[in-house]
This record gives sequence, structure tokens and C-alpha cells, in this order.
Amino acid sequence: MEALFAFSIGLLTASGVFLTLRGRTFPVAVGITLLSYAVNLFLFSSGRLTINGAAVLGASEVYTDPVPQALVLTAIVIGFAMTAFLLILAMRSRADLGNDHVDGRLPIEPEEKKK
Amino acid sequence: MMQQHLPLLPVIFPLIIGTLLLLPPIANSLMRQRSVTLLASLVIIALGIWMIQVAHLEGIQLYFLGDWKPPFGILLVLDRTSALMVLLTSLLTLGALLYATGGDDNTGMHFYPLFMFQVAGVNGAFLTGDLFNLFVFFEVLLMASYSLLIHGGGKQRTQAAMHYVVLNLVGSAFFLFALGILYGTLGTLNMADMAARVHHLNPDELALVKTGGLLLLVVFGLKSALLPLQFWLPRTYSAASAPVAALFAIMTKVGIYSILRVHTLIFGPEAGELANLIQPWLWPLSLLTLAIGAVGALASPSLRMLAANLVIISVGTLLIAAAIATPQAIGAALYYLVHSTLVAAALFLLADAIGEQRGKPGDRFVAARRVQQPILLGTAFFVAALSVAGMPPFSGFIGKLMLLQAAGQTSLIASWVWPAILISSLAAIIALSRAGTSLFWRVNNRGNISAEVKPLPLLKLSGIWFLLACSPLMVIFAGSITEYTQLAAEQLFDIQTTLDLILQQGDK
Repeated sequence: MEALFAFSIGLLTASGVFLTLRGRTFPVAVGITLLSYAVNLFLFSSGRLTINGAAVLGASEVYTDPVPQALVLTAIVIGFAMTAFLLILAMRSRADLGNDHVDGRLPIEPEEKKK
Repeated sequence: MMQQHLPLLPVIFPLIIGTLLLLPPIANSLMRQRSVTLLASLVIIALGIWMIQVAHLEGIQLYFLGDWKPPFGILLVLDRTSALMVLLTSLLTLGALLYATGGDDNTGMHFYPLFMFQVAGVNGAFLTGDLFNLFVFFEVLLMASYSLLIHGGGKQRTQAAMHYVVLNLVGSAFFLFALGILYGTLGTLNMADMAARVHHLNPDELALVKTGGLLLLVVFGLKSALLPLQFWLPRTYSAASAPVAALFAIMTKVGIYSILRVHTLIFGPEAGELANLIQPWLWPLSLLTLAIGAVGALASPSLRMLAANLVIISVGTLLIAAAIATPQAIGAALYYLVHSTLVAAALFLLADAIGEQRGKPGDRFVAARRVQQPILLGTAFFVAALSVAGMPPFSGFIGKLMLLQAAGQTSLIASWVWPAILISSLAAIIALSRAGTSLFWRVNNRGNISAEVKPLPLLKLSGIWFLLACSPLMVIFAGSITEYTQLAAEQLFDIQTTLDLILQQGDK
């Protein structure tokens, strides 16, 4: 399970980083979302992975660390709000600047440069 | 009775005021919003002074939220350094708000509530003693700053906001990764408890903790504009409206403060194998930050851009002090930090005021019509420029002098730090004199002073002069201020006492 978990986090992070480095706002927004998923899973695993463990003492035979769950909850809420804000900002920038490039202007193509 | 809750007040009070500002009786009229916010900022200044007094005379104050004792609950720590930072924020707030009431606040909705929320976030970040809580307050201040940055709208602001928001979201993700690593290895998020536990680490977890600590440096470096992460700053600060840019002057300092706090307490000189974790990185990066700030200052096309690059220079100077990491250097840095924040904010306000009177060219360094109040604005610019560049008789001189003295302890350090600081000051002087000559003396007479340009409203002017007046005041009271900052720095380095105080409270 640990290997699968680590692999998923790694894959999500790699995809997130790749998409964040793209030039258009939509892939960047998706990239940030993937990155925040990866972070949430990672935070969750910082209390070690336990199967069939409740976060309350005495409710099950093994118990799991409740702190990461609280942290993840906070991180999810904040990440969600930030993503919503980013999407609105991206739409606003598309409307204000007339294109969806993160720099607000399209890069000059090599052929146009020569002219 | 009240004093027991003092560490919480600077956080909760702006939050309450911010919420009240959104509710009908106050939200309906701009006048009411203005007066309530100004009154509130006066109260926050009073709180700041009270905090300084308590921290100075009665030592470190702890506040346990919900009375959960450390290391389990979240706690706020009021010591000399955090009290100083809270007072600095409140002074900056009053200056920026005075300027905003002159007419920059009606270009969009909810200016004042956002302002108050940002102040709450900044104060929280200064006071918290819990690493995850620091993340939460970072998000609070960032969320407010995103909205404040694009307040008023316009192409330039949207463009700058896009970069700023994306960068900071990635920064937040990094912060959470670092927190996950540190919690997974140290098993706690209370800073004092973490500092106690780095001594008893398994050798195989050492590398992980190191990674976490350095990731935190990346995050704080992004906030404070450390070299490879500083490219967002000039554009963001020059795009924001003047009072917002003035308030943002404290944001880089939040990053620097976090570096000072976290990396001295947890990864400081007493952290065993992880002692002085960031010093090898901080040395080259802070010197290069200084260099790039100086180059940027020389290349700036407008006064706002110049002010933003001067912020980068001040960040470089402060981080050099953090790299030296002796109580003497940090004490000098705290003095310089207060000075540089207030004067940089004044310079942003001034740039806007000058730009308004020069018509279309604004604050760009090109010939334009004469400013309408040359003596008033010129004197203000002169004072600000001398103070930023570090010339006597203003506070920049004392701050830089103390830093140079602290760096002069060993000749190796001095041989790097002295040229860096002195050359960057020279660059600042050149850039500022060029700015002054173009803004005030390169006048074309084609555009006559038209009647449509109004003289600066008294409130705006009072905001600028309020911030500028702090510079000579800091010279007059330099004796007691430096004494305080030295004691604050010693307290910052006296890790064992802090640990005993916080962790013994938990055992009771």
C-alpha cells in the first residue's frame, strides 16, 4: 500500500508541476489543483498509514494519528478557496487582456520576429 | 484581566473590525468606513505600544488558544521581537490608511475590510508559535493581498496579480510539503517542541528533516524575495495602488521574520547536527539579492519600480544579517527592518503623489510638466531618498552603520559584507539622484500647469509625512530603540529559556 500511495503522490506532483509550468492559464489552474491534491495526500500520510484505525482512542483496536486529518481538512478548505479565486482571476485576465496566456500577452512566434 | 488576552488582541481586533465594516450601518457610507478604520488603526497602535511595554518589562507572554497546553494546542508567543513587528505593522497601517482616505479607496468595493483582514493575517503570522498556524495566517494575509492587489482593476494589475497568485499558490503547496515532512519526522508542529526534538532524531531521518527545513527556506524566500525567487516583486509592487503597495512593504518582512524565527529556533546554533542549516545557502543568495536589487534600481524606468527595487536591496541587507546570525547583527537588522519598511512605504506613497501631479507621464523618469507643489513633494522626496540611501542624519545611516559594525567582527565576513552593502548604497544614491533630477527638474514647458490638477489633499500628505517623520524620530530615540532591538535579538537567540518556558507550561 505504501508503494502505491507514494507512487500516486509522485505522479500527481509530477503532473502538477508540469502543468503549472505551461503557458496558458487553464493548464496552470489544473496543475495547481493537482499539486494541492498531492499535498493533501502527502499530509495525510505524515501520520503514517493505518488500516482500520479510528482517529478516536478506544473506538478501534489500533488508532491513527488525528492531527494530520485535521491538517488535511484545513489544507483542503484553503486549497479549494484558492483554486476558486485563481479560476475567477484567470477569467478576469482573459476578459481584461484578450488572451489566456499567463503573461497577459502571447509570445512572439519565431517567424514573426524575423519579419 | 485584559492583559491576559493581550497576545490575541492584535489578531482578533482587526478581524472583528473587518467584519463590522462589511455590515450595514458602516458598510453603507464610505465616510463611516474611513473613520472607523482610522480609529481602529489608532487602537492597534495603542495595542502595539502596550505589547512592547509588556514584552519589555514582564518578559515573554504566552497565550494558549482554548487553553490547550503545549505541545498539543496552538499558542501565541509575545516576545520583544514579535511585539516590535506588531507595532511596526500598526504604524504602517495608519500611514497607508491616511493616504487611502484621500481617494484611493473608492475605486472598488470592500477596500477597508480587506485591509483589516490583511493586518490581522500579518499580526497573526508575527505572533504565532505553531508552524501550521503560521501557514494558516500566511494564507489569511495572502488571500487579502490578492484581492487588494487587483483592487481598482486595470490591465496591469490583472497581469501582475496572475503571476503573484500562481507563485504564492505553488509556495503554499511547498509549505504544506515541508510541514508534512517535519510532522512526519518530528511528530509535532509546535515550534518550541520541534526545537527540543531535533536533538533526538534518528540518524536516518536527518536527511528528511534537512529537506523540510530547506523547503521552508524556499517558501520564506519566496515571501521575502530572496534571489532566485524575487522576480515577481518589482512588477507586483509597482502595479498595486499606492496604499496597498505601502502595506505590502511589510509582506517581505513577514518572510524575513519567519526565517529569523523558524531557522534560529528550530535549526539554529543549538540544533545539534542540523545547526545553522541555512547559513551556507543564505550567504551567497543574500549577497546576490543585494547585487540584483542594485542593478534593478539603476535600471528602473519609474519611481515605483525604483522603490520596489530598493525593497529588494533592503531584503538583501537584512538577509545578510540573518546569515551572520549573531545577536549583534540581528539587533542591528531589527532596527534596519523597522526603518526600511516605513521609508519604503513612504516612497511608494510619494511616487503616487508625484505621478498624479505630473499628468500623463506619471512617475516615469521622462520630461513632463512641473509638479504643482514642488517644495512640499521635493522636500519629502529628499528626506525619503537620503533616508533610504543611508545618509546621515536619517535612520538609514544608523541602521547600516550598526550592520557594518556587526559584520566587522571577523575580517572574512567584513571583506564580503562591507563592499556589498556600501556599493549597493552607492547604487541607490545614483538611482535616487537620477530619479530626483528627472522628476523635479526635467520640465517641459509645453504642458502648462493646468487648473485641473488639484493639490494633494491634506490627508494624503499627512500619510506621507507620518511615515517619513518616523525616520528622524528613529534617530532621536536611537539609543533606546537599539537597546530594545539588541535585547530582542538576545532573546531570540536565548533558545533554552524560551523552550523551558513554553514546554514547562505544558507539564503543569
